[in-house]
Amino acid sequence: MSRTPSRSNRRTNLLAINEKIIEFFIRACGWSSIFLVIAIFCFVFWYAAPLLPKIDWFGHDGFFTSTNWHAKEREGATYGILAMLVGNFAVAAVAMVIAIPLGLAAAVYISEFAGPRAKEWFKVAIEILAAIPSIVWGFIAITMIGPILIKYAGATMGTNLLNGGIVLGLMSVPLIVSLAEDSLRAVPDNYREAAMALGANRWEIVYRVLFPAARSGLLAACMLGVGRAIGETMAVLLATGNKNQIPHALTDPMTTLTATIAAEMGDAEAGSPHSQALFTIGLLLLVITCAINLTANLIIRGNKRKIAAS
Amino acid sequence: MTEANPFSPSAHELSKESRARLAQFGTLTVSIFLLIPVALILGMIAYKAWPALSWAYLTGDVTRSGAAGGIWGPLMGTFYLTLLCLAIVAPIGVLAGIYINEYAPDNQLTRTIMVAVTSLAGVPSIVHALFGLGAFVAAMGMHKGLLAAAMTLSVMTLPVIITSTREALSSVPKNFREACWNLGASRWQTIRTIVLPNSFGGILTGVILVIARAAGETAPIMFMGAVMWLRIAPSGPERLAPYGLNDEFMAMSNHLNLISKDIPGMPEQMKFGSAFVLLALILFINGIASLVRLRLRRRKRW
Repeated sequence: MSRTPSRSNRRTNLLAINEKIIEFFIRACGWSSIFLVIAIFCFVFWYAAPLLPKIDWFGHDGFFTSTNWHAKEREGATYGILAMLVGNFAVAAVAMVIAIPLGLAAAVYISEFAGPRAKEWFKVAIEILAAIPSIVWGFIAITMIGPILIKYAGATMGTNLLNGGIVLGLMSVPLIVSLAEDSLRAVPDNYREAAMALGANRWEIVYRVLFPAARSGLLAACMLGVGRAIGETMAVLLATGNKNQIPHALTDPMTTLTATIAAEMGDAEAGSPHSQALFTIGLLLLVITCAINLTANLIIRGNKRKIAAS
Repeated sequence: MTEANPFSPSAHELSKESRARLAQFGTLTVSIFLLIPVALILGMIAYKAWPALSWAYLTGDVTRSGAAGGIWGPLMGTFYLTLLCLAIVAPIGVLAGIYINEYAPDNQLTRTIMVAVTSLAGVPSIVHALFGLGAFVAAMGMHKGLLAAAMTLSVMTLPVIITSTREALSSVPKNFREACWNLGASRWQTIRTIVLPNSFGGILTGVILVIARAAGETAPIMFMGAVMWLRIAPSGPERLAPYGLNDEFMAMSNHLNLISKDIPGMPEQMKFGSAFVLLALILFINGIASLVRLRLRRRKRW
């Protein structure tokens, strides 16, 4: 041995110290997402906080009960978000009416019927669909879907609830397809084999065996689609017409919580009641989307445990 | 009279079979129906953008609010924004993925981290914009500019990179690690020499996807210094690096946002031109990610 024991010891010590430093960094990075989630909640709350005690929540011009959004006014500003809240859920609902049947059907085809070749092609196409950024969807809504709606759906304005719903639906499809396909694939193969042995054909396997077995996963996929649709901003801002009113028909222009923040934050002075009101909307959005996502993830995790146990 | 073949399908079985075929046909139709509008939209954008596309368009300055000239400024802005975002988020995200997959014990804290990652992924992009305004601009006193915008984008794309890194790491078989530990290697040595090289492609795919995501986002940067127009030096090194870290900047996504609203006298091909360039850029980056993944699957040794 050419190396003396003491030198080798020093080397191991150095390595051990090195390792400690690296592990410290890795641990810090690992915890960063917890830190960031807390920070996001705190900061959004902090910049909304000065207005929170002053807001009338359920009164005549109340936050949740009126449609009077006059946040810019210096005197007698009112902060009613009812129209945006209704709009947000309405456009998400229209989107889901489009996206859930399409997404689930495509997921069933890709996971159960398609051959390996077709599977690859559809996956590539779904990835392309997922890669289109939301601003381009907004652009598509204005320049392509809008004129079609004016011509064939009798809309006076091309940008409206239906337009937003179509665009959001197409945007949520890839998410729903990939999550639904995951949960169909997670059903163990011996379920399929058992059903086949009993004489079930492919479709009977899908709707008698796979749907019940993957029910919670499919539900979670739909919920995450809703969460995505509610949080979407740019596409909705461009596609829905940005008009603060409760939509009564599919062809009515409307607005959403997200679009309002995007449209008005640029003009709001930092620290003004207007900006605080927009931060309050942000806080509400954060609570809604977090609740949806957490529920969906609880469902998925419960499902995984059930499959692992079976 | 000949006796009926006992193995021929009964009427009930035939109807079951036809229903199954109908279901297969129906789901196939729906899947194709999904692809048609996408193909139409992409084709339409390419067709309408065609008259605008040229080298002069890509390298020209934005003139008259985008109604003439080119898109050099926004292109450079998107390039540097994405680069900065990547420089911030890639190390943190990859290390976080390593922590979750290699170090974290199976306890409540780790589960909390996973919940935090999925919650972070579900935060709407406009709320990220509010967070950026509050944390980086108002609280930390940063200028609205390239760096603050890149940091906001980094927070947004962190969960993407964590999830893909974790997936890539967990696809490396456990016995690779065990063999390495048995040779006396420490945890970090095992990760550095065995786990990372064997999951490199997967991690790279995640990083590339983050580029695509960051390049397309608008909401988080629109209040963080992305502007309609800036003067850009006509030549010299400043043409290639037009923005400082704290300077306001132009970006493709924001440019498209601003010119797609009704601006009188805006030629159609200019709008479609920027939409096409942004889309082509992002699909190109995604294509690279797919290629990396494909090559990886072919070279897999286990």
